[in-house]
Amino acid sequence: MSEELLDQVTQADYKYGFVTDIETDIIPIGLSEEVVRLISSKKNEPEWMLEFRLKAYRHWLTMEMPEWAHLKIPAIDYQSIAYYAAPRKNAPQSLDEVDPELLKTFDKLGISMEEQKMLSGVAVDVVMDSVSVKTTFKESLAELGIIFCSFSEAVENHPELVQKYMGSVVPYADNFFATLNCAVFSDGSFVYIPKGVRCPMELSTYFRINAINTGQFERTLIVADDDSYVSYLEGCTAPMRDENQLHAAIVEIIVMNNAEVKYSTVQNWYPGDKNGVGGIYNFVTKRGICKGVNSKLSWTQVETGSAVTWKYPSCILLGDNSSAEFYSVAVTNHHQQADTGTKMLHIGKNTSSHILSKGISAGQSQNSYRGLVRVNPKAENARNYSQCDSLLLGDKCGAHTFPYMEVNNDTAIIEHEATTSKINEDQIFYCNQRGISTEDAVGLIVNGYAKEVLNQLPMEFAVEAQKLLQITLEGSVG
Amino acid sequence: MLEIKNLHANINGKEILKGLDLVVRPGEVHAIMGPNGAGKSTLASVLSGNQAYEVTKGEITFYEKDLLEMSPENRSREGIFLSFQYPVEIPGVSMVNFMRTAINEHRKYKNMEALSATDFLRTMREKKELVEMDNKLANRSVNEGFSGGEKKRNEIFQMAMLDPRLSILDETDSGLDIDALRIVANGVNKLKRADNASIVITHYQRLLDYIVPDFVHVLYNGRIVKTGGKELALELEEKGYDWIKKEVDGE
Repeated sequence: MSEELLDQVTQADYKYGFVTDIETDIIPIGLSEEVVRLISSKKNEPEWMLEFRLKAYRHWLTMEMPEWAHLKIPAIDYQSIAYYAAPRKNAPQSLDEVDPELLKTFDKLGISMEEQKMLSGVAVDVVMDSVSVKTTFKESLAELGIIFCSFSEAVENHPELVQKYMGSVVPYADNFFATLNCAVFSDGSFVYIPKGVRCPMELSTYFRINAINTGQFERTLIVADDDSYVSYLEGCTAPMRDENQLHAAIVEIIVMNNAEVKYSTVQNWYPGDKNGVGGIYNFVTKRGICKGVNSKLSWTQVETGSAVTWKYPSCILLGDNSSAEFYSVAVTNHHQQADTGTKMLHIGKNTSSHILSKGISAGQSQNSYRGLVRVNPKAENARNYSQCDSLLLGDKCGAHTFPYMEVNNDTAIIEHEATTSKINEDQIFYCNQRGISTEDAVGLIVNGYAKEVLNQLPMEFAVEAQKLLQITLEGSVG
Repeated sequence: MLEIKNLHANINGKEILKGLDLVVRPGEVHAIMGPNGAGKSTLASVLSGNQAYEVTKGEITFYEKDLLEMSPENRSREGIFLSFQYPVEIPGVSMVNFMRTAINEHRKYKNMEALSATDFLRTMREKKELVEMDNKLANRSVNEGFSGGEKKRNEIFQMAMLDPRLSILDETDSGLDIDALRIVANGVNKLKRADNASIVITHYQRLLDYIVPDFVHVLYNGRIVKTGGKELALELEEKGYDWIKKEVDGE
């Protein structure tokens, strides 16, 4: 049943999802107040939305790109980027023109021909960038009072909710990339679950980047009202191909009294080639607030793509007895760099958080876990358990752990465990001796290592994620 | 089926096997005994294709094919099974998943279709009984947290699943109490057929009370220096290896 559902949702995305108004959607490259106004006017936004964008833009001009992450990033020329989707030039006309390596990967993932065309950017009239997804389930969700729509639609149809919650978890001046997003965001998703409603299906959005030199600035806002529940899936296991591209997304989640939100991501943007040329720069600000009592937020992420990943899905534990979880598998190969982790900010009483991070580095990649656990003075009986494991494949890659802890209340119990291990030749030989090739053995061992995290994913997603881990690490051993 | 001629092998530049010869025919059980450091485990490693060992001279053919040219996984698919002296733990990988992957790789090699989940689980249930493995064991991760005895039983279980033409039991008796030893040996005996063969590497005669060999070879200083019937094992048990060392070194 659930697999059918996923199929339906994904198919629906492709069939109906993309607005096609190619002629009018061209904005020149570069960033200025004029461009911000142009984006806003193209989207027919109300005045308050434009004001929000401009406020962010003006603030952004005063900011500098942060350099504290364990990442080597070449200078980014923000004036050479297009800030609104342009139709793809020189799009391949058929799959014959698409990189055969990419097609091979699609086959391994079992992606249909139609989908392959979409994903590799073959010129199909419905494929467009930065224009978000509608869903055919909208009506049945509407019966329950659930709102699931594009961000633009939410601005138009539910302005009171957007105005109330947008920027309430990630303020417009939060950080360089978030502020940039606030100024130029293209579209994204909006979810509202009313009081007492349990969302009967996994909500999912597949984002994709298709056009050359187009920054991708998605924005997601999820509000779970009292006593509600929702599970939300973001991403796609299929590889997303493109040249160096800036991706700066924001996700904001608000969880009210006794509500629960599960947010799962599989991120597989184009990581660049074997020599580290090209690939997506992925700077994401994801943050949720457990606002109500007994509220619960759970982040699960599988990060395999992007040349650079800068991402710390975080949680503000404001409500008493609220709890948060962060489950992460981050895989880097070749020249990929990842600096990812979480922040757990304990403010309410009796709050608890659980962090489980599994890093896997191969090739010449660098993989860092960076996490903060902060217990405020009034956060009585806070509880945190963190486990950060690193697995190294080969001897040219790096694994790093940067755990920060700020504990300002004596009643807190904070535990941190970390391990670093190398993939074991004996394990591989043992598999070989049973008839399993080295490549498959690495896949088995890595999936075993990441199992606790993968188990948190919805089932059909977990199966795809397993295959994805193996494909990402192909050729990294032996 | 197996013919080893003048085999020389090194590890880390040190020569361990120094001209070993051995012929194994279908239906036979060969015991290989010998003092510590004689090269018994090296032989098992070289036969199974462990890359840590370098073959410098000699040849090995398995059913007319050049074994030394084959990758470890293809040797396995050709029907060579090694029961490890120290079975390796693979955390997070269930025995079911592990075994199913292995079996389907074997089947693919033989151009057979993958086994359905139902057929696989049925086979697994049957073979488990052979070594009196309990149900829970199969759902646990490969060897993780297994006791010494469970690990060895798990090796024989995998052997039953993969149905090899030649199985090499490397010190399978080490670390086993007498009950576990009997279970493991019974398993091996039940798998014995006219068209398969075993090489049993052991220190002690004890195992050979249960798995009765057709030939007993004494490996010393990298070569087989003496071959006899099962009574040779008893003689070794009684007299130790010194008399053989003297015989060989005195030459």
